[in-house]
Amino acid sequence: MTPLRQTWQVSLRCLRVIARQPAYLGIALVQPIIWLLLFGALFKAVAQIPGFHGSYVDYLTPGVVVMLAVSSAGWTGMAFIEDINGGVMDRMLASPVWRGALNLGSVAQAVITILIQTLLIVLIALALGAHYANGVGGVLILMLVAALLGAAFASLSNGLGVLARQRETLIGAVTMVLLPLTFLSSALMQQSLVPGWIGTVARFNPVNWAVEAGRSAAMSDIDWGLVASRVGLLAALTVLCAWFATRAFGAYQRSL
Amino acid sequence: MTRTPFENAIEADGLVKSYGDVRALDGIDLTVAAGTVFGLLGPNGAGKSTAVKILTTLSRPDAGAARVAGHDVLAAPVRVRHAIGVVGQKHGLDPEATGRENLVLQGEFYGITGRALKRRAAESLERFGLADAADRAAKTYSGGMQRRLDVAMGLIHRPQVLFLDEPTTGLDPEARRQMWAEIERLSRQEGMTILLTTHYLEEADRLASQLAIVDRGRIVARGTPDALKSELLGDTIQIELADADGPAARAALERVTDARDVVLDGGTLRARAHDGGATIPAVLAALESHGVRAAAVTLARPSLDDVYLRYAGRAFDRADSNGQEVAP
Repeated sequence: MTPLRQTWQVSLRCLRVIARQPAYLGIALVQPIIWLLLFGALFKAVAQIPGFHGSYVDYLTPGVVVMLAVSSAGWTGMAFIEDINGGVMDRMLASPVWRGALNLGSVAQAVITILIQTLLIVLIALALGAHYANGVGGVLILMLVAALLGAAFASLSNGLGVLARQRETLIGAVTMVLLPLTFLSSALMQQSLVPGWIGTVARFNPVNWAVEAGRSAAMSDIDWGLVASRVGLLAALTVLCAWFATRAFGAYQRSL
Repeated sequence: MTRTPFENAIEADGLVKSYGDVRALDGIDLTVAAGTVFGLLGPNGAGKSTAVKILTTLSRPDAGAARVAGHDVLAAPVRVRHAIGVVGQKHGLDPEATGRENLVLQGEFYGITGRALKRRAAESLERFGLADAADRAAKTYSGGMQRRLDVAMGLIHRPQVLFLDEPTTGLDPEARRQMWAEIERLSRQEGMTILLTTHYLEEADRLASQLAIVDRGRIVARGTPDALKSELLGDTIQIELADADGPAARAALERVTDARDVVLDGGTLRARAHDGGATIPAVLAALESHGVRAAAVTLARPSLDDVYLRYAGRAFDRADSNGQEVAP
């Protein structure tokens, strides 16, 4: 019970920050909206290429949702860097609080944020003409994979923030990781239309797992085998990343 | 009075800690009896904060052992954490949260919940004079209020041992006096064991019943403030030299029979004398006969500054400005 309670209390602390400045939620949406409009217009002709199925907005929406999850989660670790600089981290670590709660509470906040943001993007895409083939159920699965991927990246960001303690390192990591992971996936372009090596790399790319599962669930006939295997992989990754972030507190203390 | 199952609240034995080539702690032994206020005195970078980090389980020593509130800091860190309160050198409060929210989250970390926690948070806001500001973000507090909130957070779980790492650094004189009064109250009325680090000699003199002077990672002197001061029988004569030739001036002063413990510290010469007033004429005569010009001569009763000078071999404020901050 105590670990759960403490996790919830830590996430309340993070959520209060958002609740007091809800504008941040909107600011964070500007970028994905630009992606949606820009890529949608830029690559509209992609749908004309022989071998491409369906409309490009349908194709693009899950990709943008997943990109949003990665970029939004990537900044999670900033709060811990603030905590370290402000002395809050040392006070928390001198208390008997369960270390896992510090990470999971912050991850929970990131996931809640991502769920709100993805819902908004899904609605905006709907207004742009996206067609959700499997209705609400499919969209919920899309949001689930976005949440899982976001949880994994939030933990990674936390772990990295605690280990590096530098804003610059985290900013560098997020900007360096986001575009390659997106382009080495089927987020923007159908796998059958990209060079073979990209397809090979994409098989090991968590962003691609989320895009494939989300697109299959929300936009076309659901391939349950594909969805289940990708969700399983993402869940395993989320656990692994949470373990890494929790261990990072110990590494931080050893460096003191 | 708090009943404690241990005689010594803190026992440290041969603590060593290095950061790269810098030896922050070079074999520190400490014993703090339960229910007392212990002062760890030294300039910045002397190793005080490193010692506190180890005793509060934040950091691990490279060598040595320590027990706090009856538990081994390395073998049972979680038990130690439950028993201690820590008020760090930096503010440990969340600036975006209100005072009440800060206290409640801190209480949750110690497993205090629900109505009991609410009541405790309200009580400590009242007690630390923060009731009116309870629901304002902590970043809007004055320095003194933030420090009081820090201490309130360190006490929310009613710890047996309280660590205060430079509790009054950066406070204005009024806020400092309030903090002193609160520390005295905790010690007298609640019998709490308190270890406080400070680089204010006055603070250590006033609050601590036992002192250890730390310099360059070692304890160079320990005892009660009075005992330390009375070890230095007599007065201090301090001479600001107008010329650069310090060694010659020291040689001159060393010939004066009544002047003892002559120390040259930059452009300042210090000596101790049983009766300072009676010795000054002889000192001036000796300096003059050796052609040494003095810019100023002062006479002082023993203070902890002299204790520090005697054991660390340099003046406190000078060590302070030269001391490297080794703690990251």
